[in-house]
Amino acid sequence: MTHLGYLLVGWGVSLGALGLYAVRVMQRGRRAAARVPADRRRWLAAEETS
Amino acid sequence: MTTPASSEVPVHTGSTTTRLLGIAVLVGLVALILLGFFGAPKDDEQADAVRLIFVHVPSAFLTYAAFSVTAVGSVMWLWKRSVWWDLVAHGSAEIGVVFCSLTLFTGSVWGRPTWNTYWDWGDVRLVTTLILLLLMVGYLAVRSMGGDDSAVATRSAIVALIAAVNLPIVNRSVEWWFDRTLHQKSSLTDGNLEDLTLFTLLLGVVVWSLFYVWVMIHRFRVGWLERELRFGDLDLALAQRRAEAHTINDGGDR
Repeated sequence: MTHLGYLLVGWGVSLGALGLYAVRVMQRGRRAAARVPADRRRWLAAEETS
Repeated sequence: MTTPASSEVPVHTGSTTTRLLGIAVLVGLVALILLGFFGAPKDDEQADAVRLIFVHVPSAFLTYAAFSVTAVGSVMWLWKRSVWWDLVAHGSAEIGVVFCSLTLFTGSVWGRPTWNTYWDWGDVRLVTTLILLLLMVGYLAVRSMGGDDSAVATRSAIVALIAAVNLPIVNRSVEWWFDRTLHQKSSLTDGNLEDLTLFTLLLGVVVWSLFYVWVMIHRFRVGWLERELRFGDLDLALAQRRAEAHTINDGGDR
């Protein structure tokens, strides 16, 4: 493999892994937020309405 | 403050703070890619392979930072029984495992063109970093075993503190065992980096740090919501048991 190949693999996997992890965390958040009753998401509500 | 109606409550973990942080991460990332690939000069010995430093070193730095936060959160749980700190410890450990895996992966990819090998079992830093990763994967395994929240938090906090002992060993290994590692001493402090390379490296650390804070806020909120769900389910189960008990008692009275 050329140096460019190593570079692309290293950078690509790093950015891809961080991106996938971020998407997964936000999806978990959406699923959980949808199931928690509105009055128990108190800090989310406070953040948006204060 | 009045309680908002259900329709006003966001069904996600974002907020103004996370949106601003997210934009800063994206802008910083574009600058990092441009500088990392086109701005920073080639290395005399490593040529273009040196550009892997801009993802490897920030990942290593954030590994230390994330696991240190986990250690602090674990101490605070054991000392104060603070759920807030327990959620911080858990979230940071999960993110730290991602960064630690990337540190090992990018180091391995960088090692092939530089040292002519992907891995060397005789390299103390490689092996101690792998041990750190395995310990923190063990931490996450303990957390996922289930059971009483308080007992799980205590067990995992102890695992985190055992793992934390390894942090200074990983960091200092290239100095304590300088004859048993392929690594050079700290890239940031040895003064051998050119100005633009050093600037790009520091930018990488800043961008990775902003990403950590951004995803940590989201991860903390996920942990909080999932905890509320567990307790909500528990409340529901208790209510059902009470209703059943009333029914049985009413039947017995007749």
